[in-house]
Amino acid sequence: MINFLLIPILIPFFTGMVLIFLHKNVRLQRILSLLALFCAAFMAFLVMVKVKNEGIQSVTFGDWPVPYGITMVADGMSSLLVFTTFVLGFFIVWYGFESIGRGREQFFYYPGIMFILTGVTGAFTTGDIFNLFVFFEVLLMSSYLLIVLGGEKGQLRESIKYILVNVISSALFVISVAYLYSVVGTLSMADISVKIAEINQPGIITTIAVLFLLVFGLKAAIFPLYFWLPSSYGAAPIPVLALFGALLTKVGVYAIMRTYTLFFVHDVSYTHKLLLILAVLTILAGCIGALATFNVKQIIIYNIVIAVGVILFGVAQMNETGLEGALFYLVHDMIIKAVLFMLVGLVIYVTGTADLRNMGGLMKTYPALGWFYLIAAFGLAGIPPLSGFVGKLLIVQGGFEAGNIWSSIFLLASSLIVLLSVIRIFIYAFWGEEGKRITIEKHRYNRMFFPTAVLVVISVAYGIGSEWVVPFMDNAAKILVDPSIYVDAVMKGGK
Amino acid sequence: MEIVMAFVCGFLFMAAIYLILSRSLLRIIIGTGLLSHGAHLLILTMGGLGGESPPVLGEGVTDYADPLPQALILTAIVISFGVTAFFLVLAYRAYQELGTDDTTKMKGSEEDD
Repeated sequence: MINFLLIPILIPFFTGMVLIFLHKNVRLQRILSLLALFCAAFMAFLVMVKVKNEGIQSVTFGDWPVPYGITMVADGMSSLLVFTTFVLGFFIVWYGFESIGRGREQFFYYPGIMFILTGVTGAFTTGDIFNLFVFFEVLLMSSYLLIVLGGEKGQLRESIKYILVNVISSALFVISVAYLYSVVGTLSMADISVKIAEINQPGIITTIAVLFLLVFGLKAAIFPLYFWLPSSYGAAPIPVLALFGALLTKVGVYAIMRTYTLFFVHDVSYTHKLLLILAVLTILAGCIGALATFNVKQIIIYNIVIAVGVILFGVAQMNETGLEGALFYLVHDMIIKAVLFMLVGLVIYVTGTADLRNMGGLMKTYPALGWFYLIAAFGLAGIPPLSGFVGKLLIVQGGFEAGNIWSSIFLLASSLIVLLSVIRIFIYAFWGEEGKRITIEKHRYNRMFFPTAVLVVISVAYGIGSEWVVPFMDNAAKILVDPSIYVDAVMKGGK
Repeated sequence: MEIVMAFVCGFLFMAAIYLILSRSLLRIIIGTGLLSHGAHLLILTMGGLGGESPPVLGEGVTDYADPLPQALILTAIVISFGVTAFFLVLAYRAYQELGTDDTTKMKGSEEDD
């Protein structure tokens, strides 16, 4: 079936449309959205296996030949990310049943989730630069809805800043596409790659590369452009925060990975050096932020910034080890950030505060929560059997291979700060004297805890079972190193 | 002709950035409007301003304008229209709830609420 790779994107899209009509019926909405996400995850898994076995899948709409129509491409990287997205979406929606509140559920919360997932997976799968812009807008529009839904004062205040930053970055995206179009005269990613190789990346293309870094860096929160992220994400309700933290910045990271491995590979000494420096500064900024605050949400939010830096550090190495590490770490980070936000959300729900200084002694009453949090925290820092280890190992190895000794050592040192920042939550909230506490019904707590626990188990399995994931990663990393595989597959697929 | 358009776009961007850096929320939204006008004009200019007739197939039409940028602009216009509508309503709601349109007064942490 040639349209097979579109099914995972179409399922949430159509479900979202149906859910708009059912917005008063909360029960039906819950059942339908869980069902749809399960099916989508299953189909995404089948697509991933198909891509691994048969190579890159691509479909060009309307039977047009390749550079003239819009192409959707599922290669190793995008099919892997689409699958991860739906798995996370499934658990976050499940978690949200007990925490998002009935008022939000009746006002298009579930359609918002469905459309944001459509946008994210579409952005992962598209093979056309302007179509990427459109999918970015789909996910941004839904994120505007989700961040402001509820209309609390903090939400209104912060969403104004969030929207303003994204409107500006969208305008910059349009401008960058305009410049790129005037130089190469095409919009299909595979064709752009060919055209840039033909003219061998003159100065203007390098300028455009930096402009794209600016655009996607605003979405991904890299060093000088991360200023909007902590306050905006802090205002969102917990399930929405988990969704944003796990997915939205990662779309920006994906876009940087895609453009910097497919288009701008002929002046690496400038573009990738810049990326390397910015990645190191991003890690530094994130570390400072994560240690400076006593707000549990902000600590994890600054850890997003650190992780973005780590992944881009892997991309900047531009060798197979580094890129494979970046992919490993990208998937790990999507899972672990969702897990951490869900765990921290539980801590906030049982203590009624986000301030570490008012917490304490949770270990006596919620031992399971404590141990699961500890496992997730170790996973984030990259303690060997857990999920963060393999990715960071490969990234650092790639760094040494590329000769960036000092920055690789810096990357290793930053892991200690990451560990310190999350263990601080553990020490303050779970040890010590009994702190602030509010009563939360047992069955409500359990219903939130269960999906979180399953997701922690998944993240542990991802770490222990990395042998099984390696073939998928190898497959994906090969394409990143050698763009001609991508170009050949797409160009051939359309004829 | 492209040179003139480049200056027009540059002027629009300049005005947009000036307005976005101001305090009043409404000026900021006007700034985003100008920014999107500038971006759309830039797509049109960057596609080249050649061609004698509009890109509609008709008798004896051989030299026509590039149709692709026009399609891109049409898409970008409706998107920015949707976002601007949402932004305006949000600004109205924020004015009702927060009682100010001065962005320098829109700060504070969760403890303040």
